[in-house]
Amino acid sequence: MKALAVEGVWKFYGDYAALREVSFEIEPGQCTALLGRNGAGKTTLIRILAGLSRPSRGVVKVFDTDFQNRTTRNRIGILGHGIAIYDELSAYENLRLFASLYGLEKPDSAANHWLERTGLDRVKDSLVREFSRGMRQRLAVARAFLHNPQMLLLDEPFTALDDRAIALLQNLLRDALSEGRTVLMSTHQLREALELATHVVLINRGKLAHRGVRTQEMLDDPGYLYRTYGEA
Amino acid sequence: MLFLRQVLTITAKDLRSELRTKEALNASLAFALVILLLFSFAFDANPEMMREISGGLLWLAFAFAGALILNRSFARELVNDCLDALISSPVPGAALFLGKVLANYVLLLGIEVVCLPIFGVFYNVRWAQQPLWLALVLILATWGVCVVGTIFSALTVNLRLRELMLPMLVYPMLIPCLMAAMMLTTPLLAGQPIEGDLFAWLRLLVGFDIIFTSLAVVLIDTVLIG
Repeated sequence: MKALAVEGVWKFYGDYAALREVSFEIEPGQCTALLGRNGAGKTTLIRILAGLSRPSRGVVKVFDTDFQNRTTRNRIGILGHGIAIYDELSAYENLRLFASLYGLEKPDSAANHWLERTGLDRVKDSLVREFSRGMRQRLAVARAFLHNPQMLLLDEPFTALDDRAIALLQNLLRDALSEGRTVLMSTHQLREALELATHVVLINRGKLAHRGVRTQEMLDDPGYLYRTYGEA
Repeated sequence: MLFLRQVLTITAKDLRSELRTKEALNASLAFALVILLLFSFAFDANPEMMREISGGLLWLAFAFAGALILNRSFARELVNDCLDALISSPVPGAALFLGKVLANYVLLLGIEVVCLPIFGVFYNVRWAQQPLWLALVLILATWGVCVVGTIFSALTVNLRLRELMLPMLVYPMLIPCLMAAMMLTTPLLAGQPIEGDLFAWLRLLVGFDIIFTSLAVVLIDTVLIG
């Protein structure tokens, strides 16, 4: 069983092809860094995988099932550009809300567990609008991990995170990988991503430019990938 | 069961958010009261004229006030990209939609309940002569307004001019619903029960609700994801 299978995916915005016949597969337990310059199509691809957009052509399967299937969505955790939490609700109410929407049996204990794990248990009843930026980001991380997803889709997860949130996210991702979960993250921050990644997928102008195992060479010189497979 | 739980979770979340910020509620209630007040200056409120225009006046105020609530329905999800989190969650689009309709319904009904006695004072109308029939008309017509308004709120959520576009799209669609509500409310405010030909308007209201609720539930995924 493949964790993710992307087969011949095209995405058009009018006449413009944002993705051009992108195909790759991810095995369960892999951590894949989705790389590419601005406008390469990384976010478009992540949005399709997250069910926020439909591919114009091609097939996407998550754990061998249709990615739009609502049951499949239960197995995916998403951390996108936005933090996706409600400012006018408390930290606890936010996590309780998403725990209920994901159909967790004990939404209260799940919310409390993740508030504790992200160090927000002391401010659990404060409204999110009173939170600092770093606290909001940690809450967003908690929301993405709340339902123990088997696959994590992360779109620029390290962008705009403070040091504490980056460390928290890296630790959670390491734990998730050690538990055999699958991670796909698009990012510009090559060093942080490549440290965790076992594989890389490089997209260049909507086309798949490279996919393969992350090598020591990439880790030593993050620019190597772009020089070798991408635009100069 | 899970579907119902998800619907109610969305409703509770929207109501809690709205009651904390009171953004739409305050604006909508104030707007409805201002309309009623201005109309009371515009028309000579003699009993004969009031008998003819009361239903129309009331529903115009409710429809305008409702637009403010409906506009916020999906727009409030844009902050922090919360709409993306809802769409990518396992919540069916229909549950998300019905949860929001229900929240809008509660808010708009609340505004109507507050406005009715004030309408009675401004226009010297004894509005509670047929309370059960009037409640039925309010319940059915408000549901129609909320269903159509919520689906168009989802449709226009990403438009820059959504505050303008929503009323422009919604009011023409609501003509049958508002017509029926006005035709039924006018005699009810005059103390006459619904009988005879008026049942045709009541059937229209029920049919409107059923058709538009079904259509919206079927189309919501396409509206949200494309």
